[in-house]
Amino acid sequence: MSARRSASARHLFASLRYNGLGIIAAFLFLAPLAWSVLVSFKPSVEARQPPLPPWPVGGFSVQSYENLAKYGAGIWTYTGNSLTVALATVVASVVVSLLAGYGFSRFHFPFKNVLFVLIISTVMIPFQSILTPLFLILTKLGLQNTLTGIVLVYVTLQLPFSIFMMRNAFDAVPKEIEDAARVDGASIFAVLYRIMLPLVLPGVVTVAIFAFLASWNEFLAALILLTDQNKYTLPVLMAAVRSGQFGTIDWGAVQSGVTLMMAPCLVLFLGLQRYYIRGLTAGAVK
Amino acid sequence: MINSQNIHDGAPIRRRSGRQRRKQLAGLLFIAPALILVATFFVIPLGMAFWMSLHNWPLLGRPRFIGFGNYIRLTQDAQFWSSMRFTVYYTVIVTIAIFAVAFPLALFAEKAHRFTKFYRTAFFLPVVVGFGSASLLWAWLLDVDSGLFSPAAEYLGLMTTRINLLADFDTTFWSIIIMVVWKTAGFNMIILLTGLQGISTEVQEAARIDGASSLQRFRRITLPLMRRTIALALILSVSGSMLAFDQFYIIADGGPQNRTVTAVYWIFSQSFGSFRLGYGAALSMVLLVILVFISVVQLRLLRNPEGM
Repeated sequence: MSARRSASARHLFASLRYNGLGIIAAFLFLAPLAWSVLVSFKPSVEARQPPLPPWPVGGFSVQSYENLAKYGAGIWTYTGNSLTVALATVVASVVVSLLAGYGFSRFHFPFKNVLFVLIISTVMIPFQSILTPLFLILTKLGLQNTLTGIVLVYVTLQLPFSIFMMRNAFDAVPKEIEDAARVDGASIFAVLYRIMLPLVLPGVVTVAIFAFLASWNEFLAALILLTDQNKYTLPVLMAAVRSGQFGTIDWGAVQSGVTLMMAPCLVLFLGLQRYYIRGLTAGAVK
Repeated sequence: MINSQNIHDGAPIRRRSGRQRRKQLAGLLFIAPALILVATFFVIPLGMAFWMSLHNWPLLGRPRFIGFGNYIRLTQDAQFWSSMRFTVYYTVIVTIAIFAVAFPLALFAEKAHRFTKFYRTAFFLPVVVGFGSASLLWAWLLDVDSGLFSPAAEYLGLMTTRINLLADFDTTFWSIIIMVVWKTAGFNMIILLTGLQGISTEVQEAARIDGASSLQRFRRITLPLMRRTIALALILSVSGSMLAFDQFYIIADGGPQNRTVTAVYWIFSQSFGSFRLGYGAALSMVLLVILVFISVVQLRLLRNPEGM
Protein backbone atom coordinates (compact mmCIF):
# COMPACT_ATOMS: atom_id res chain seq x y z
CA MET A 1 0.00 0.00 0.00
CA SER A 2 2.47 2.59 1.16
CA ALA A 3 4.90 1.58 -1.59
CA ARG A 4 2.24 2.22 -4.21
CA ARG A 5 1.32 5.53 -2.63
CA SER A 6 4.92 6.73 -2.55
CA ALA A 7 5.35 5.67 -6.19
CA SER A 8 2.36 7.73 -7.24
CA ALA A 9 3.55 10.61 -5.07
CA ARG A 10 6.90 10.47 -6.81
CA HIS A 11 5.11 10.43 -10.13
CA LEU A 12 3.10 13.48 -9.14
CA PHE A 13 6.22 15.27 -7.99
CA ALA A 14 8.04 14.51 -11.27
CA SER A 15 5.07 15.76 -13.24
CA LEU A 16 4.86 18.94 -11.17
CA ARG A 17 8.55 19.57 -11.64
CA TYR A 18 8.33 18.96 -15.38
CA ASN A 19 5.38 21.27 -15.86
CA GLY A 20 6.78 23.86 -13.50
CA LEU A 21 9.96 24.07 -15.53
CA GLY A 22 7.95 24.00 -18.75
CA ILE A 23 5.73 26.89 -17.70
CA ILE A 24 8.68 29.04 -16.63
CA ALA A 25 10.55 28.37 -19.87
CA ALA A 26 7.44 28.88 -22.00
CA PHE A 27 6.83 32.18 -20.20
CA LEU A 28 10.36 33.38 -20.98
CA PHE A 29 9.89 32.63 -24.68
CA LEU A 30 6.35 33.97 -25.00
CA ALA A 31 6.56 37.00 -22.70
CA PRO A 32 8.43 39.35 -25.09
CA LEU A 33 5.90 38.60 -27.85
CA ALA A 34 2.97 39.19 -25.50
CA TRP A 35 4.57 42.32 -24.04
CA SER A 36 4.90 43.87 -27.48
CA VAL A 37 1.30 43.08 -28.46
CA LEU A 38 0.01 44.42 -25.11
CA VAL A 39 1.90 47.73 -25.27
CA SER A 40 0.61 48.31 -28.80
CA PHE A 41 -2.90 48.58 -27.33
CA LYS A 42 -2.01 51.12 -24.66
CA PRO A 43 -2.90 54.80 -25.05
CA SER A 44 0.06 56.77 -26.50
CA VAL A 45 0.97 58.51 -23.26
CA GLU A 46 1.02 55.24 -21.36
CA ALA A 47 3.04 53.48 -24.10
CA ARG A 48 5.84 55.99 -23.49
CA GLN A 49 6.17 54.75 -19.91
CA PRO A 50 7.93 51.49 -18.95
CA PRO A 51 5.51 48.58 -19.55
CA LEU A 52 4.83 47.81 -15.89
CA PRO A 53 2.28 46.35 -15.68
CA PRO A 54 2.36 45.03 -19.26
CA TRP A 55 -1.38 45.39 -19.90
CA PRO A 56 -3.13 48.69 -20.68
CA VAL A 57 -4.07 50.37 -17.42
CA GLY A 58 -5.75 53.42 -18.90
CA GLY A 59 -8.03 51.29 -21.07
CA PHE A 60 -7.65 49.54 -24.38
CA SER A 61 -6.65 51.91 -27.18
CA VAL A 62 -5.75 51.83 -30.87
CA GLN A 63 -3.94 55.18 -30.71
CA SER A 64 -0.59 53.55 -31.46
CA TYR A 65 -2.05 51.99 -34.59
CA GLU A 66 -3.43 55.36 -35.65
CA ASN A 67 0.04 56.88 -35.17
CA LEU A 68 1.59 53.99 -37.08
CA ALA A 69 -0.83 54.60 -39.94
CA LYS A 70 0.50 58.15 -40.43
CA TYR A 71 4.14 57.38 -41.20
CA GLY A 72 5.34 58.34 -44.67
CA ALA A 73 2.97 57.27 -47.40
CA GLY A 74 0.63 55.61 -44.90
CA ILE A 75 0.74 52.14 -43.41
CA TRP A 76 -1.58 50.71 -46.07
CA THR A 77 1.00 51.44 -48.74
CA TYR A 78 3.73 49.64 -46.81
CA THR A 79 1.53 46.72 -45.75
CA GLY A 80 0.43 46.49 -49.38
CA ASN A 81 4.07 46.46 -50.52
CA SER A 82 4.95 43.74 -48.04
CA LEU A 83 1.92 41.64 -48.91
CA THR A 84 2.49 42.04 -52.65
CA VAL A 85 6.14 41.03 -52.31
CA ALA A 86 5.38 38.06 -50.05
CA LEU A 87 2.46 36.70 -52.07
CA ALA A 88 4.24 37.18 -55.41
CA THR A 89 7.30 35.41 -53.97
CA VAL A 90 5.07 32.55 -52.81
CA VAL A 91 3.36 32.14 -56.20
CA ALA A 92 6.55 32.47 -58.25
CA SER A 93 8.52 30.14 -55.95
CA VAL A 94 5.82 27.50 -56.15
CA VAL A 95 5.48 27.70 -59.94
CA VAL A 96 9.20 27.75 -60.69
CA SER A 97 10.10 24.99 -58.22
CA LEU A 98 7.11 22.86 -59.22
CA LEU A 99 8.27 22.90 -62.84
CA ALA A 100 11.93 22.42 -61.98
CA GLY A 101 11.23 19.72 -59.41
CA TYR A 102 9.17 17.82 -61.99
CA GLY A 103 11.87 18.29 -64.63
CA PHE A 104 14.64 17.07 -62.36
CA SER A 105 12.60 14.14 -61.06
CA ARG A 106 11.08 12.79 -64.26
CA PHE A 107 13.22 13.75 -67.26
CA HIS A 108 16.65 12.91 -68.53
CA PHE A 109 18.70 15.55 -70.28
CA PRO A 110 22.36 16.48 -70.64
CA PHE A 111 24.07 17.93 -67.53
CA LYS A 112 21.03 17.21 -65.38
CA ASN A 113 22.98 16.36 -62.26
CA VAL A 114 25.47 19.18 -62.74
CA LEU A 115 22.65 21.71 -63.06
CA PHE A 116 20.88 20.33 -60.00
CA VAL A 117 24.03 20.52 -57.90
CA LEU A 118 24.72 24.02 -59.25
CA ILE A 119 21.31 25.29 -58.15
CA ILE A 120 21.42 23.58 -54.76
CA SER A 121 24.98 24.70 -54.03
CA THR A 122 24.07 28.39 -54.32
CA VAL A 123 22.85 27.97 -50.76
CA MET A 124 26.50 27.85 -49.65
CA ILE A 125 27.18 31.33 -50.97
CA PRO A 126 25.95 34.16 -48.75
CA PHE A 127 23.64 36.46 -50.72
CA GLN A 128 24.98 39.31 -48.58
CA SER A 129 28.14 39.18 -50.68
CA ILE A 130 26.39 39.78 -54.04
CA LEU A 131 24.02 42.58 -53.09
CA THR A 132 26.02 45.31 -54.80
CA PRO A 133 26.07 43.60 -58.23
CA LEU A 134 22.40 42.69 -57.75
CA PHE A 135 21.70 46.38 -57.25
CA LEU A 136 23.51 47.20 -60.52
CA ILE A 137 21.82 44.37 -62.46
CA LEU A 138 18.37 45.40 -61.29
CA THR A 139 19.19 48.98 -62.29
CA LYS A 140 20.23 47.75 -65.78
CA LEU A 141 17.00 45.79 -66.10
CA GLY A 142 14.98 48.81 -64.98
CA LEU A 143 13.86 46.85 -61.92
CA GLN A 144 15.77 48.71 -59.21
CA ASN A 145 13.32 50.22 -56.73
CA THR A 146 10.51 47.99 -57.97
CA LEU A 147 8.69 45.28 -56.08
CA THR A 148 9.11 43.00 -59.12
CA GLY A 149 12.87 43.26 -58.80
CA ILE A 150 12.96 42.29 -55.16
CA VAL A 151 10.50 39.45 -55.75
CA LEU A 152 12.82 38.00 -58.41
CA VAL A 153 15.73 38.18 -55.97
CA TYR A 154 13.72 36.51 -53.19
CA VAL A 155 12.51 33.74 -55.49
CA THR A 156 16.09 33.06 -56.57
CA LEU A 157 17.28 32.94 -52.95
CA GLN A 158 14.51 30.47 -52.09
CA LEU A 159 15.18 28.24 -55.12
CA PRO A 160 17.73 25.82 -53.65
CA PHE A 161 15.36 24.92 -50.82
CA SER A 162 12.21 24.98 -52.97
CA ILE A 163 13.62 22.84 -55.77
CA PHE A 164 15.14 20.39 -53.33
CA MET A 165 11.76 20.00 -51.59
CA MET A 166 9.83 19.65 -54.84
CA ARG A 167 12.17 17.17 -56.46
CA ASN A 168 11.94 14.97 -53.36
CA ALA A 169 8.15 15.31 -53.43
CA PHE A 170 8.01 14.16 -57.06
CA ASP A 171 10.51 11.38 -56.43
CA ALA A 172 8.16 9.98 -53.80
CA VAL A 173 5.31 9.59 -56.33
CA PRO A 174 5.38 6.20 -58.13
CA LYS A 175 6.00 6.57 -61.86
CA GLU A 176 3.18 4.15 -62.70
CA ILE A 177 0.57 6.73 -61.70
CA GLU A 178 1.48 9.22 -64.38
CA ASP A 179 2.31 6.50 -66.91
CA ALA A 180 -1.28 5.35 -66.67
CA ALA A 181 -2.51 8.87 -67.29
CA ARG A 182 -0.14 9.34 -70.22
CA VAL A 183 -1.43 6.14 -71.80
CA ASP A 184 -4.87 7.66 -71.61
CA GLY A 185 -3.52 10.43 -73.82
CA ALA A 186 -3.26 13.31 -71.35
CA SER A 187 -0.66 16.03 -72.13
CA ILE A 188 2.37 16.61 -69.94
CA PHE A 189 0.84 19.72 -68.38
CA ALA A 190 -2.49 18.03 -67.79
CA VAL A 191 -0.70 15.21 -66.01
CA LEU A 192 1.33 17.66 -63.93
CA TYR A 193 -1.65 19.80 -63.00
CA ARG A 194 -4.42 17.22 -62.58
CA ILE A 195 -2.58 14.11 -61.39
CA MET A 196 0.74 15.16 -59.88
CA LEU A 197 -0.12 18.46 -58.18
CA PRO A 198 -2.55 16.92 -55.67
CA LEU A 199 0.04 14.26 -54.83
CA VAL A 200 2.86 16.74 -54.15
CA LEU A 201 0.63 19.29 -52.41
CA PRO A 202 2.29 18.86 -48.98
CA GLY A 203 5.61 19.83 -50.60
CA VAL A 204 3.96 22.83 -52.24
CA VAL A 205 2.58 23.98 -48.88
CA THR A 206 6.04 23.70 -47.32
CA VAL A 207 7.64 25.68 -50.16
CA ALA A 208 4.91 28.31 -49.88
CA ILE A 209 5.28 28.78 -46.10
CA PHE A 210 9.05 29.20 -46.30
CA ALA A 211 8.75 31.59 -49.25
CA PHE A 212 6.21 33.69 -47.36
CA LEU A 213 8.14 33.89 -44.11
CA ALA A 214 11.47 34.59 -45.83
CA SER A 215 10.16 37.37 -48.06
CA TRP A 216 7.83 38.93 -45.47
CA ASN A 217 10.63 39.14 -42.91
CA GLU A 218 13.67 39.88 -45.10
CA PHE A 219 15.42 43.11 -44.20
CA LEU A 220 18.91 43.67 -45.66
CA ALA A 221 18.16 43.13 -49.37
CA ALA A 222 15.00 45.22 -49.09
CA LEU A 223 16.95 47.97 -47.32
CA ILE A 224 19.48 48.10 -50.17
CA LEU A 225 17.31 47.44 -53.22
CA LEU A 226 14.30 49.60 -52.29
CA THR A 227 15.54 53.17 -51.85
CA ASP A 228 12.31 54.96 -52.76
CA GLN A 229 10.38 55.51 -49.53
CA ASN A 230 7.07 54.64 -51.19
CA LYS A 231 8.40 51.19 -52.06
CA TYR A 232 9.55 50.27 -48.54
CA THR A 233 8.40 46.97 -47.09
CA LEU A 234 7.32 46.89 -43.43
CA PRO A 235 10.71 45.91 -41.92
CA VAL A 236 12.47 48.74 -43.80
CA LEU A 237 9.81 51.25 -42.79
CA MET A 238 9.90 50.23 -39.14
CA ALA A 239 13.70 50.33 -39.02
CA ALA A 240 13.50 53.88 -40.41
CA VAL A 241 10.97 54.78 -37.70
CA ARG A 242 13.25 53.27 -35.05
CA SER A 243 16.26 55.21 -36.31
CA GLY A 244 14.34 58.44 -35.84
CA GLN A 245 13.84 59.28 -39.53
CA PHE A 246 10.24 60.23 -38.77
CA GLY A 247 11.02 62.26 -35.66
CA THR A 248 10.96 61.21 -32.01
CA ILE A 249 10.52 57.47 -31.62
CA ASP A 250 6.98 56.54 -30.68
CA TRP A 251 7.54 53.14 -29.09
CA GLY A 252 3.85 52.34 -28.99
CA ALA A 253 3.65 52.85 -32.75
CA VAL A 254 6.82 50.80 -33.27
CA GLN A 255 5.34 47.90 -31.29
CA SER A 256 2.07 48.13 -33.20
CA GLY A 257 4.22 47.78 -36.33
CA VAL A 258 5.99 44.80 -34.76
CA THR A 259 2.62 43.24 -33.94
CA LEU A 260 1.49 43.80 -37.52
CA MET A 261 4.66 42.13 -38.82
CA MET A 262 4.53 39.20 -36.39
CA ALA A 263 0.83 38.36 -36.75
CA PRO A 264 0.84 36.62 -40.15
CA CYS A 265 3.98 34.65 -39.26
CA LEU A 266 2.51 33.34 -36.02
CA VAL A 267 -0.87 32.55 -37.59
CA LEU A 268 0.75 30.79 -40.55
CA PHE A 269 3.02 28.77 -38.30
CA LEU A 270 0.33 27.76 -35.80
CA GLY A 271 -2.01 26.79 -38.62
CA LEU A 272 0.48 24.86 -40.74
CA GLN A 273 3.03 23.77 -38.12
CA ARG A 274 3.28 20.23 -39.51
CA TYR A 275 4.38 21.42 -42.95
CA TYR A 276 6.77 23.95 -41.48
CA ILE A 277 8.58 21.48 -39.23
CA ARG A 278 8.72 18.98 -42.10
CA GLY A 279 10.47 21.51 -44.29
CA LEU A 280 12.82 22.47 -41.49
CA THR A 281 13.95 18.93 -40.75
CA ALA A 282 14.03 17.84 -44.42
CA GLY A 283 16.00 20.89 -45.46
CA ALA A 284 18.37 20.73 -42.54
CA VAL A 285 18.93 17.04 -42.00
CA LYS A 286 19.47 15.88 -45.59
CA MET B 1 7.16 4.40 -70.84
CA ILE B 2 9.85 6.45 -69.24
CA ASN B 3 11.51 3.32 -67.94
CA SER B 4 11.65 1.68 -71.34
CA GLN B 5 13.42 4.76 -72.69
CA ASN B 6 15.93 4.76 -69.87
CA ILE B 7 17.13 1.36 -70.94
CA HIS B 8 18.38 2.86 -74.20
CA ASP B 9 20.36 5.57 -72.43
CA GLY B 10 24.01 4.79 -72.84
CA ALA B 11 23.24 1.57 -74.68
CA PRO B 12 25.61 0.62 -77.53
CA ILE B 13 22.96 1.34 -80.13
CA ARG B 14 22.56 5.10 -79.89
CA ARG B 15 19.31 5.41 -81.73
CA ARG B 16 17.90 8.66 -80.50
CA SER B 17 14.38 8.86 -81.76
CA GLY B 18 12.73 12.22 -82.31
CA ARG B 19 10.45 11.48 -79.43
CA GLN B 20 13.29 10.95 -77.05
CA ARG B 21 14.87 14.22 -78.07
CA ARG B 22 11.56 15.94 -77.52
CA LYS B 23 11.48 14.51 -74.01
CA GLN B 24 14.97 15.84 -73.32
CA LEU B 25 13.91 19.23 -74.56
CA ALA B 26 10.79 19.10 -72.38
CA GLY B 27 12.93 18.37 -69.33
CA LEU B 28 15.15 21.34 -70.08
CA LEU B 29 12.14 23.57 -70.60
CA PHE B 30 10.79 22.57 -67.19
CA ILE B 31 13.95 23.67 -65.43
CA ALA B 32 14.54 26.70 -67.70
CA PRO B 33 12.80 29.31 -65.49
CA ALA B 34 14.86 28.20 -62.50
CA LEU B 35 18.06 28.25 -64.54
CA ILE B 36 17.38 31.73 -65.91
CA LEU B 37 16.75 33.07 -62.40
CA VAL B 38 19.85 31.46 -60.92
CA ALA B 39 21.98 32.68 -63.82
CA THR B 40 20.65 36.26 -63.75
CA PHE B 41 20.38 36.81 -60.02
CA PHE B 42 23.12 34.60 -58.68
CA VAL B 43 25.81 33.39 -61.08
CA ILE B 44 26.25 36.65 -63.00
CA PRO B 45 26.24 38.82 -59.83
CA LEU B 46 28.80 36.48 -58.34
CA GLY B 47 31.12 36.94 -61.32
CA MET B 48 30.43 40.67 -61.26
CA ALA B 49 31.28 40.88 -57.58
CA PHE B 50 34.73 39.54 -58.28
CA TRP B 51 35.14 41.81 -61.32
CA MET B 52 34.04 44.83 -59.32
CA SER B 53 36.44 43.98 -56.51
CA LEU B 54 39.30 44.65 -58.97
CA HIS B 55 38.07 48.18 -59.65
CA ASN B 56 37.70 51.53 -58.07
CA TRP B 57 33.95 51.59 -58.65
CA PRO B 58 32.00 54.68 -57.60
CA LEU B 59 28.19 54.67 -57.71
CA LEU B 60 28.25 57.27 -60.49
CA GLY B 61 31.12 57.74 -62.89
CA ARG B 62 33.51 55.42 -64.63
CA PRO B 63 35.01 52.41 -62.84
CA ARG B 64 38.83 52.26 -62.90
CA PHE B 65 40.74 48.97 -62.95
CA ILE B 66 43.15 48.78 -60.01
CA GLY B 67 43.99 45.07 -59.88
CA PHE B 68 44.24 43.81 -56.35
CA GLY B 69 44.41 47.34 -54.93
CA ASN B 70 41.21 46.90 -52.93
CA TYR B 71 42.50 43.70 -51.39
CA ILE B 72 45.76 45.36 -50.41
CA ARG B 73 43.82 48.24 -48.91
CA LEU B 74 41.61 46.03 -46.80
CA THR B 75 44.60 44.50 -45.06
CA GLN B 76 45.32 48.00 -43.73
CA ASP B 77 41.70 48.84 -42.92
CA ALA B 78 41.49 48.94 -39.13
CA GLN B 79 37.68 48.99 -39.09
CA PHE B 80 37.60 45.90 -41.34
CA TRP B 81 39.80 43.94 -38.96
CA SER B 82 37.91 45.11 -35.92
CA SER B 83 34.61 44.11 -37.63
CA MET B 84 36.01 40.68 -38.46
CA ARG B 85 37.28 40.23 -34.92
CA PHE B 86 33.96 41.32 -33.51
CA THR B 87 32.00 39.03 -35.86
CA VAL B 88 34.09 36.01 -34.87
CA TYR B 89 33.82 36.91 -31.18
CA TYR B 90 30.05 37.26 -31.50
CA THR B 91 29.79 33.98 -33.43
CA VAL B 92 31.71 32.02 -30.81
CA ILE B 93 29.80 33.44 -27.84
CA VAL B 94 26.34 33.27 -29.40
CA THR B 95 26.86 29.71 -30.62
CA ILE B 96 27.91 28.53 -27.17
CA ALA B 97 24.99 30.39 -25.61
CA ILE B 98 22.48 28.96 -28.11
CA PHE B 99 23.68 25.41 -27.45
CA ALA B 100 23.66 25.93 -23.70
CA VAL B 101 19.95 26.74 -23.98
CA ALA B 102 18.85 24.61 -26.95
CA PHE B 103 20.28 21.31 -25.68
CA PRO B 104 18.37 21.31 -22.37
CA LEU B 105 15.28 22.43 -24.28
CA ALA B 106 15.62 19.50 -26.69
CA LEU B 107 16.06 17.03 -23.82
CA PHE B 108 13.03 18.59 -22.15
CA ALA B 109 10.92 18.57 -25.32
CA GLU B 110 11.75 14.94 -26.06
CA LYS B 111 9.88 13.67 -23.01
CA ALA B 112 6.39 12.38 -23.62
CA HIS B 113 4.22 14.42 -21.26
CA ARG B 114 0.73 15.66 -21.79
CA PHE B 115 1.75 19.28 -22.45
CA THR B 116 5.06 18.64 -24.25
CA LYS B 117 3.63 19.71 -27.58
CA PHE B 118 2.51 23.04 -26.13
CA TYR B 119 5.96 23.69 -24.64
CA ARG B 120 7.67 22.82 -27.92
CA THR B 121 5.46 25.27 -29.79
CA ALA B 122 6.05 27.98 -27.19
CA PHE B 123 9.83 27.62 -27.40
CA PHE B 124 9.67 27.68 -31.17
CA LEU B 125 7.40 30.70 -31.73
CA PRO B 126 10.15 33.39 -31.70
CA VAL B 127 11.82 31.53 -34.60
CA VAL B 128 9.06 32.35 -37.06
CA VAL B 129 9.14 36.05 -36.17
CA GLY B 130 11.58 37.86 -38.44
CA PHE B 131 14.95 39.12 -37.21
CA GLY B 132 13.77 42.61 -38.11
CA SER B 133 10.63 42.38 -35.96
CA ALA B 134 12.51 40.71 -33.12
CA SER B 135 15.16 43.44 -33.20
CA LEU B 136 12.53 46.21 -33.11
CA LEU B 137 10.83 44.44 -30.22
CA TRP B 138 14.05 44.16 -28.22
CA ALA B 139 15.17 47.68 -29.10
CA TRP B 140 12.10 48.78 -27.17
CA LEU B 141 12.63 46.35 -24.26
CA LEU B 142 16.19 47.72 -23.98
CA ASP B 143 15.20 51.38 -24.19
CA VAL B 144 16.21 53.36 -21.13
CA ASP B 145 13.04 55.45 -20.81
CA SER B 146 10.21 53.39 -22.26
CA GLY B 147 11.69 49.91 -22.12
CA LEU B 148 11.40 47.05 -19.68
CA PHE B 149 14.78 45.95 -18.37
CA SER B 150 16.35 49.11 -16.99
CA PRO B 151 13.17 50.48 -15.40
CA ALA B 152 12.31 47.05 -13.99
CA ALA B 153 15.78 46.69 -12.48
CA GLU B 154 15.44 50.11 -10.91
CA TYR B 155 11.93 49.32 -9.68
CA LEU B 156 13.10 46.09 -8.07
CA GLY B 157 15.94 47.94 -6.41
CA LEU B 158 18.68 46.11 -8.32
CA MET B 159 20.02 49.42 -9.59
CA THR B 160 19.89 52.85 -8.03
CA THR B 161 19.52 54.66 -11.34
CA ARG B 162 18.37 53.62 -14.77
CA ILE B 163 21.27 52.52 -16.91
CA ASN B 164 21.13 52.97 -20.68
CA LEU B 165 22.02 49.42 -21.70
CA LEU B 166 22.83 50.53 -25.23
CA ALA B 167 25.42 53.11 -24.15
CA ASP B 168 28.01 50.55 -23.10
CA PHE B 169 29.62 47.88 -25.27
CA ASP B 170 29.29 44.97 -22.87
CA THR B 171 25.67 45.56 -21.95
CA THR B 172 24.79 46.10 -25.64
CA PHE B 173 26.63 42.94 -26.64
CA TRP B 174 25.11 40.70 -23.96
CA SER B 175 21.64 42.12 -24.52
CA ILE B 176 21.89 41.16 -28.19
CA ILE B 177 23.23 37.72 -27.28
CA ILE B 178 20.18 37.16 -25.06
CA MET B 179 17.87 38.38 -27.80
CA VAL B 180 19.42 36.06 -30.41
CA VAL B 181 19.29 33.08 -28.04
CA TRP B 182 15.62 33.83 -27.40
CA LYS B 183 15.02 34.08 -31.15
CA THR B 184 16.95 31.01 -32.34
CA ALA B 185 17.09 28.48 -29.47
CA GLY B 186 13.82 26.90 -30.66
CA PHE B 187 15.25 26.29 -34.12
CA ASN B 188 18.28 24.51 -32.72
CA MET B 189 16.05 22.62 -30.31
CA ILE B 190 14.11 21.13 -33.25
CA ILE B 191 17.30 20.14 -35.08
CA LEU B 192 18.71 18.51 -31.93
CA LEU B 193 15.36 16.87 -31.28
CA THR B 194 15.49 15.05 -34.63
CA GLY B 195 18.88 13.69 -33.58
CA LEU B 196 17.63 12.64 -30.15
CA GLN B 197 14.65 10.86 -31.64
CA GLY B 198 16.97 8.97 -33.97
CA ILE B 199 18.59 7.22 -31.01
CA SER B 200 16.88 3.91 -30.38
CA THR B 201 15.26 3.59 -26.98
CA GLU B 202 16.63 0.04 -26.72
CA VAL B 203 20.20 1.32 -26.52
CA GLN B 204 19.27 3.73 -23.74
CA GLU B 205 17.26 1.06 -21.99
CA ALA B 206 20.09 -1.48 -22.18
CA ALA B 207 22.51 1.05 -20.67
CA ARG B 208 20.05 1.85 -17.91
CA ILE B 209 19.69 -1.84 -17.04
CA ASP B 210 23.48 -2.10 -16.99
CA GLY B 211 23.40 0.54 -14.29
CA ALA B 212 24.54 3.65 -16.22
CA SER B 213 23.43 6.89 -14.58
CA SER B 214 21.53 9.43 -16.65
CA LEU B 215 24.62 11.65 -16.85
CA GLN B 216 26.72 8.70 -18.03
CA ARG B 217 24.10 7.79 -20.59
CA PHE B 218 24.05 11.36 -21.87
CA ARG B 219 27.84 11.52 -22.19
CA ARG B 220 28.51 8.01 -23.48
CA ILE B 221 25.45 7.33 -25.64
CA THR B 222 23.44 10.45 -26.46
CA LEU B 223 26.32 12.78 -27.31
CA PRO B 224 28.33 10.35 -29.50
CA LEU B 225 25.25 9.18 -31.40
CA MET B 226 24.24 12.78 -32.01
CA ARG B 227 27.55 13.91 -33.46
CA ARG B 228 26.12 14.40 -36.93
CA THR B 229 23.16 16.42 -35.71
CA ILE B 230 25.31 18.51 -33.41
CA ALA B 231 27.73 19.22 -36.26
CA LEU B 232 24.83 20.34 -38.42
CA ALA B 233 23.29 22.63 -35.78
CA LEU B 234 26.73 23.98 -34.95
CA ILE B 235 27.56 24.91 -38.50
CA LEU B 236 24.14 26.39 -39.25
CA SER B 237 24.61 28.57 -36.19
CA VAL B 238 28.17 29.54 -37.10
CA SER B 239 27.41 30.45 -40.71
CA GLY B 240 24.26 32.33 -39.69
CA SER B 241 26.09 34.31 -37.01
CA MET B 242 29.00 35.19 -39.29
CA LEU B 243 26.43 36.98 -41.48
CA ALA B 244 24.66 38.80 -38.64
CA PHE B 245 23.38 42.25 -39.52
CA ASP B 246 19.74 43.07 -38.67
CA GLN B 247 20.02 43.04 -34.89
CA PHE B 248 23.22 45.13 -34.80
CA TYR B 249 21.86 47.64 -37.29
CA ILE B 250 18.39 47.99 -35.75
CA ILE B 251 19.14 47.69 -32.04
CA ALA B 252 22.61 49.19 -31.70
CA ASP B 253 23.20 51.09 -34.96
CA GLY B 254 26.70 49.59 -34.83
CA GLY B 255 27.42 51.41 -31.61
CA PRO B 256 28.60 52.32 -29.14
CA GLN B 257 31.61 53.81 -30.96
CA ASN B 258 31.21 51.47 -33.97
CA ARG B 259 32.18 48.56 -31.77
CA THR B 260 29.27 46.34 -32.78
CA VAL B 261 29.78 46.77 -36.54
CA THR B 262 29.75 43.24 -38.00
CA ALA B 263 31.40 42.12 -41.24
CA VAL B 264 28.17 42.41 -43.25
CA TYR B 265 27.50 45.77 -41.60
CA TRP B 266 30.91 47.08 -42.69
CA ILE B 267 30.35 45.85 -46.25
CA PHE B 268 26.95 47.53 -46.21
CA SER B 269 28.25 50.86 -44.98
CA GLN B 270 31.23 50.86 -47.38
CA SER B 271 29.05 49.96 -50.38
CA PHE B 272 25.89 51.94 -49.66
CA GLY B 273 27.02 54.53 -47.14
CA SER B 274 30.31 55.62 -48.70
CA PHE B 275 29.40 54.24 -52.17
CA ARG B 276 32.77 52.54 -52.55
CA LEU B 277 31.26 49.66 -54.50
CA GLY B 278 34.56 48.14 -55.62
CA TYR B 279 35.95 48.12 -52.12
CA GLY B 280 32.69 46.71 -50.76
CA ALA B 281 32.91 43.94 -53.36
CA ALA B 282 36.45 43.07 -52.24
CA LEU B 283 35.24 42.85 -48.62
CA SER B 284 32.37 40.67 -49.83
CA MET B 285 34.75 38.29 -51.58
CA VAL B 286 36.72 37.81 -48.35
CA LEU B 287 33.53 37.06 -46.43
CA LEU B 288 32.36 34.74 -49.21
CA VAL B 289 35.57 32.70 -49.09
CA ILE B 290 35.23 32.31 -45.32
CA LEU B 291 31.61 31.19 -45.58
CA VAL B 292 32.27 28.75 -48.43
CA PHE B 293 35.12 27.32 -46.37
CA ILE B 294 32.69 26.80 -43.47
CA SER B 295 30.20 25.11 -45.82
CA VAL B 296 32.86 22.78 -47.22
CA VAL B 297 33.87 21.80 -43.69
CA GLN B 298 30.19 21.22 -43.00
CA LEU B 299 29.79 18.88 -45.97
CA ARG B 300 32.91 16.98 -44.93
CA LEU B 301 31.65 16.55 -41.38
CA LEU B 302 28.20 15.48 -42.48
CA ARG B 303 29.46 12.96 -45.03
CA ASN B 304 32.08 11.56 -42.72
CA PRO B 305 31.04 11.92 -39.11
CA GLU B 306 34.08 9.96 -37.97
CA GLY B 307 36.25 12.84 -39.18
CA MET B 308 35.24 14.97 -36.23
